[in-house]
Amino acid sequence: MLFAIYSLLSAALFAVLDAGDVALTEAAVGAGISTILMLALLALVPRQEADAPRPNWPALAVVALTGSVLIYATLDFPEFGNPDNPVQTHVGPYYVEETYNDMGIPNMVAAVLASYRSIDTMGEGFVILTAGLAVYALLGGRRRRPKAKTTKRENGAP
Amino acid sequence: MRSNGILRIVARFLIPLIMLFALYIQFHGEYSPGGGFQAGVVFAAAWILFALIYGLDAALDVIPERAMYVLGLDAALDVIPERAMYVLMLLGVLIYAGVGVAGVILGGHFLDYRPLLDDPQYAQQLGIVTVELGIGITVSTVTMLIFTMFVQRKSESLESEPLESEEQD
Repeated sequence: MLFAIYSLLSAALFAVLDAGDVALTEAAVGAGISTILMLALLALVPRQEADAPRPNWPALAVVALTGSVLIYATLDFPEFGNPDNPVQTHVGPYYVEETYNDMGIPNMVAAVLASYRSIDTMGEGFVILTAGLAVYALLGGRRRRPKAKTTKRENGAP
Repeated sequence: MRSNGILRIVARFLIPLIMLFALYIQFHGEYSPGGGFQAGVVFAAAWILFALIYGLDAALDVIPERAMYVLGLDAALDVIPERAMYVLMLLGVLIYAGVGVAGVILGGHFLDYRPLLDDPQYAQQLGIVTVELGIGITVSTVTMLIFTMFVQRKSESLESEPLESEEQD
């Protein structure tokens, strides 16, 4: 529940920041689907927590060390919001200026996702496919459905 | 939840609107916020809502509530069968990769849309719409499939457990 509320609030924040695509994604995925999947998962696991083993001190040390190194690395980031940052000077201006001439569509996010950075998006598609296959590998398999009355209506809305 | 009239009526009113909105953000994604990913998730959300509300079909009075999870999906699985999900989730990425290969065959680079049509702008738009459609199909079917898997596993564990450990969820 808290995650869903958090996601909804961040979606509102993204909408305020004029990032409509991200707001839509956050509202649909974060507040909607992941909540319902989390609830379905909670219905699967047992009520009682298993007895915790002894604390694993070497693992804690490794995690703490890695985390502190990562935090230290953030000190080298360029200044937040500086107009001379690489993110503002590299390919960003080209996308802002030339998207409409190249594609004839006004939504830059769609243009970058599906055309300029198309191979990345294809990778994302395969990541999602892999997630589905992994869940199938873990939970699928045993088919003992009592009824066999699935009709074939391909891809149809009801 | 089918016996709850408020839920049933509201869902009957909302589900077509949600699906229509999903199609809108799928095919209007070049002009307004949206795209294949969001559309797929919203479409899957409508389907999951249908499964949650209408799931416990007439089968409910044949087998009592312990089987409600697996039967709960039957109404929804009649709309989009599980086997169709396997096919469609592969079809989505194949559409995407197929657009890329079509660009190669027509003499460009992989996922280069310009060779597809004469006008480069229209070619880009065609490529974008097609790959977004592929992404939308894959995302929605994978989401539905994950939900289906969870619910079926729950129903299997309910079937194998003795009656007194049943829980009302």
